Amino acid sequence: MPVEKVTEKWKSSVNVVTIGNGNSAIKVGGETTLPFLYDEGKMPHRPVIALEVYDMVPEGWSDTLCDALQDVINDPVAWAKKAQDEWGADLICLRLLKPSVVDTPPKESAQLAKAVKDAVNIPMILWSMAEDEINNKLYSVCSQALAGERCLIGTTKQDNYKILAATCIADGHSVIAESPLDINICKQVNILLSDMGLPSDRIVIYPNNGVLGYGFEYAYSIMERTRIATLGGDRMMAMPIIAVVGSECQRAKEVKATSKEFPQWGPEIERSIAWEAATAVGYLQAGADILTMCHPEAIKLVKNYIDEMMPNI
Amino acid sequence: MIVIGERINGMFSDVKNAIKTEDKEVIQKLAIKQVKAGADVLDVNVGPASAKPEVTMPWLVETIQEVTDTQLALDSPKLDVIKSGLEVVKTPPIINSTQADPQKMQTYFDLVNETGASIIALTVDKQGVPQDIDRRMELASTIVMSAMEMGISFDRLFIDPIILPVNVAQPQAGFLLKALAQFQYLADPPPHFVVGLSNVSQGTMEKKLINRTFLVMCMAMGLDAAIMDPFDKELMDAMITAEVLMNKQIYSDSFLTAYISK
Repeated sequence: MPVEKVTEKWKSSVNVVTIGNGNSAIKVGGETTLPFLYDEGKMPHRPVIALEVYDMVPEGWSDTLCDALQDVINDPVAWAKKAQDEWGADLICLRLLKPSVVDTPPKESAQLAKAVKDAVNIPMILWSMAEDEINNKLYSVCSQALAGERCLIGTTKQDNYKILAATCIADGHSVIAESPLDINICKQVNILLSDMGLPSDRIVIYPNNGVLGYGFEYAYSIMERTRIATLGGDRMMAMPIIAVVGSECQRAKEVKATSKEFPQWGPEIERSIAWEAATAVGYLQAGADILTMCHPEAIKLVKNYIDEMMPNI
Repeated sequence: MIVIGERINGMFSDVKNAIKTEDKEVIQKLAIKQVKAGADVLDVNVGPASAKPEVTMPWLVETIQEVTDTQLALDSPKLDVIKSGLEVVKTPPIINSTQADPQKMQTYFDLVNETGASIIALTVDKQGVPQDIDRRMELASTIVMSAMEMGISFDRLFIDPIILPVNVAQPQAGFLLKALAQFQYLADPPPHFVVGLSNVSQGTMEKKLINRTFLVMCMAMGLDAAIMDPFDKELMDAMITAEVLMNKQIYSDSFLTAYISK
C-alpha cells in the first residue's frame, strides 16, 4: 500500500531582518517552513555564520582554538579581517569583554567597534558581555559610533531593554532580544521592544543556548517551539534566532580536555572542531538563522553542510 | 481562533442606514475597526436592509475592499446574493452558508471548487435545526462525507452546529458542547468548527456575559472559529485567555496585547 506523504501547511513566516548596508547587506529569516523541509515551504535566505572576535582573549580558551587563531588573537581588527578574507565568515560578531573585565571607558570600545567595522565589508554584530549598568553607558556610545551601519546590537533583556532599544531606533540598528531559556520571557521581551516602537523586523531572538552535552536539547526544543509558534501565526515569536556556538563550546570539557588526560577521546583538535560543528548543525535544524562560531575549520564544515542542505540558494 | 467580525450586517441600524444612503465611510470604518480589534475575517450580511440584496452585496464587498484585504465571509441564505458577492470579491472568501441537504451541498461545494472559497456548512436540513446531539453528529458526518467526495480540503470547511438562544431552547447549549466534542473525531485533521455566537444570547438581558462564557466553553470542546463581535473587549480577552490556557498561544505577561498585534 502506498504511504501518503504527510506535509504540514503553515500560514505564517519568519520576519526578514537585514543586517548591514548596500551590496554587503545580509538578510536572514523569511522561512515559511521548519528548517529544510522544502515540501512544506521556503527558506529564502541562508542561515549565516558570524565569527566571534573579542576585544581581549577570553579566559579559559583551549590551546587548540588559540593555535587556530594564531597571530590575530590579540588584534581584533586583524582578526575580523582574516575572518572575512580567509575563513569565510558572513558577519563579524565583535564581543566586548574589556568594559567589564578591565573597566575600559565606553569610548575605547566604540573606537574599536568602528575600527573593526571599517576594516571589513561584511556586516557586524556588536555584543557586550558586561552587566546592565556598564552596558547602558556603553550601548549609546558604540551605537552612535556605528550609526547608519545597520548593525545587530545586544543584548536586551526583560528588565533592561529601554536604553538599547531607544539607541538602536535612533541610530538605525537592530537588537538582540535575550531571554534566559524561557519561551514566555522570550515572547515578553519581543512585545516590550515592539511597544517601544522598534519595528519587529529589527529584532533577533537570542533564547540562550548551551552546547552538545550541556543542555543542548533544552535550547533546541525552545527554538523549535518558537518556530512552530511563528509559522502558526504568532507575530511576537516571528523573529529570526541567533545561537552562540563558538565560545559556548569553549566551556565544554570535551573540547578543553587534553588527549593526555583522556586518551580514549582522541586528539583534542578533532574534538574541538567536531563539537562546534555538531552543535552548530543541531541548532540549524532547530531553526537558528545566525550562528556565532570561533574555529575556522568548524565554520568550513558548517558552511559545507549549509551548501548541501540548500542546493538552490 | 478565527474571529469572523459580525458587525457589517444590515440588522444593525448604522449599517442599515449606511446601505440606504450608500454611505461608504460608515462601512469602511467598521471594517477597519474590526480588523484592528482582532477580526481575521469580516462577515458581510445585507440583512433586511435592502430590497435588492444582490445589488447591495457587491456594493458592500467593493466598499470594504477599498480599505482592507482582509478575507470576507459572504453571508446570505440566498445563492444569487452569494454569487453577486463572488463576482467582485478579490480574495477567495468564506461562503456563509450551505445546509446539509445533498442537493444544496452539491451546488455550494461546486461553487467552492470553482472559486477557491471556503464554506460554512450548517448542521440543518429540511427537517430543521437538530434538537439533540445525535442528529447534529449525523448531519456533521454527512457534511464531512460529501466534502470529501467533492475534494474539498478540510481547512476550507467550517461546520456550524447551530446555536439557539438560551432563553428559548435552554438544553441546546449543552447538546452543542457535547456534539462539538464528538465532532473532533470526524476526521484527522478535523475541519473547522464555527458558531454564530451572538445567537446564544439573543433576547436576553446579559448578552455579553452569556456570549463570552459560552465562547470559552465551546473553545474547550474544540471550536476554532466564531462569528462574533470583536468590539466586545471582554469577549476578546476571554477568548485570548482561553487560547493561552489551552496552550494554543505562548504565554507572556503581555499576552493580551500580543494577540491583537499578531
